[in-house]
Amino acid sequence: MSDTKRYGMVVDTRRCVGCSACVLACKAENNVPEGYCRDWIARDIEGIFPNLRAEIRSERCMHCSNAPCVSACPTGASHYGEGGTVLVDHDMCTGCKACIASCPYDARYVHPDGYVDKCTFCIHRVKRGEQPACVAICPTKALVFGDLNDPNSEVRQLLASRAAKVLHPEAGTDPNVFFLTSDGRAR
Amino acid sequence: MEPEVVETLSNRMNPGIDPHFHIWGWEIPGYLFLGGVVAGIMVLLALMELRGSRPRSLSAQLMPFVGVGLLSLGMLFLFLDLEHPLHVLRFYGAFRPTSPMSWGSWLLLLVYPALILMGLGGLDAARREWLDSKVPAPLRGPVAMGLRWADAARKPVLWGTVLLGVGLGIYTGMLLGTLVARPMWNSSVLGPLFLVSGVSTGAALMMLTRLESEEAHTLVRWDSAAIAAELVLIVVLAVGYLSGNEVSNAAGALIFGGPYTAVFWGLVVVGGLVVPLALNILEMRRHIAGTRFAPALILIGGLALRAIFVVAGQTISFSHLG
Repeated sequence: MSDTKRYGMVVDTRRCVGCSACVLACKAENNVPEGYCRDWIARDIEGIFPNLRAEIRSERCMHCSNAPCVSACPTGASHYGEGGTVLVDHDMCTGCKACIASCPYDARYVHPDGYVDKCTFCIHRVKRGEQPACVAICPTKALVFGDLNDPNSEVRQLLASRAAKVLHPEAGTDPNVFFLTSDGRAR
Repeated sequence: MEPEVVETLSNRMNPGIDPHFHIWGWEIPGYLFLGGVVAGIMVLLALMELRGSRPRSLSAQLMPFVGVGLLSLGMLFLFLDLEHPLHVLRFYGAFRPTSPMSWGSWLLLLVYPALILMGLGGLDAARREWLDSKVPAPLRGPVAMGLRWADAARKPVLWGTVLLGVGLGIYTGMLLGTLVARPMWNSSVLGPLFLVSGVSTGAALMMLTRLESEEAHTLVRWDSAAIAAELVLIVVLAVGYLSGNEVSNAAGALIFGGPYTAVFWGLVVVGGLVVPLALNILEMRRHIAGTRFAPALILIGGLALRAIFVVAGQTISFSHLG
């Protein structure tokens, strides 16, 4: 049976306050080792004083549809999983780091146990019908997860109603994490 | 006026990624250098014999076996770089056509028999006799069989060695060149550049040994051609950086005024290419005996090229440019 779902995430940069609850929830849910993180907070500060503007983003693996990490992996450890999520099979990973070098978002790291690790969209929770840990905990509802192929999903509705961007579109990776900006309505 | 991005801050602090991206250490340039040298040895020795000149000096006859040793050392470096070395056999559980590293893993397996067959077939009668007297009894059968194959299919073996050598040389550059996320590496020029550099360093290694005069003259000519091609490719690469987008420009800035400028232009271009080329030309024009100075410079420059690219290429990415 073909899998027609395409999981994606929408991050509302107007709602995100950078509280890092998503980072902590992810670390607890996925036993991320101390000193490492699968998601993080980035702040862009733009403008010339005193006219400054800050954009706060909760970032993670972009689960790209054209993922260079999957292409670069020599063993098939990095692969597309359910709903197009980009996953790493720890038992197949040699720790060659080709995937880390190929990721334009630097979203991967070497786990102390010797395999490459990254965000999974909490696919184990999604399979149980739950939201990813970061989405579930977000106190400002800045994170929304869903099926981008479903026109009625909240992620699709948000992308239809608000201006959105992806990070580093020039890398040509077709990312599935979108950032709602404060630039007005959808183009 | 467009607002300027003043700063991008992140609380990500993953080891090896932040604050400075550094996932590949000395092992990778070491491996790329040795792989290039072996590629050069394969291409040069096979082409020399295809032109009708069988290896006559002892060092030319033994060089394919030296290549086996160098390649094994390079593979040891790769093994040491793996974070999970016990999973090394996973490389041979699948062939992934989109992954240069997968191509390389399988290519390396083919390079060994090619080097051994080229080496066995290039041995003269005296070396074969010596080999026969020294090989332990259990290995006599396989060695005799190898010699028979090496002799019977000499031309296919030599052409196969040329192709595999070219493939190995290009692969060492493509390993980096296909990584879009690292603007300094992401160039189709890197494959041919590392190939011609490998040919040049392979020639240099051989020129450090005692060769017959005809072998030495051929190598100096071919080495000079490889160096000239390498200089042209470096110009093409530099033009690519400077005429590209913002991230390409930033990558180019690393060797045009940035922290790697002096070492790249000084050690790689002038010391490792221009000076040895001038010495090679003097040697050819004036018919004077070559010294080991030019080959040593070429080898140092070849290693520096790969070290600079691996180190500098990790300092710049889309992510760190904001």
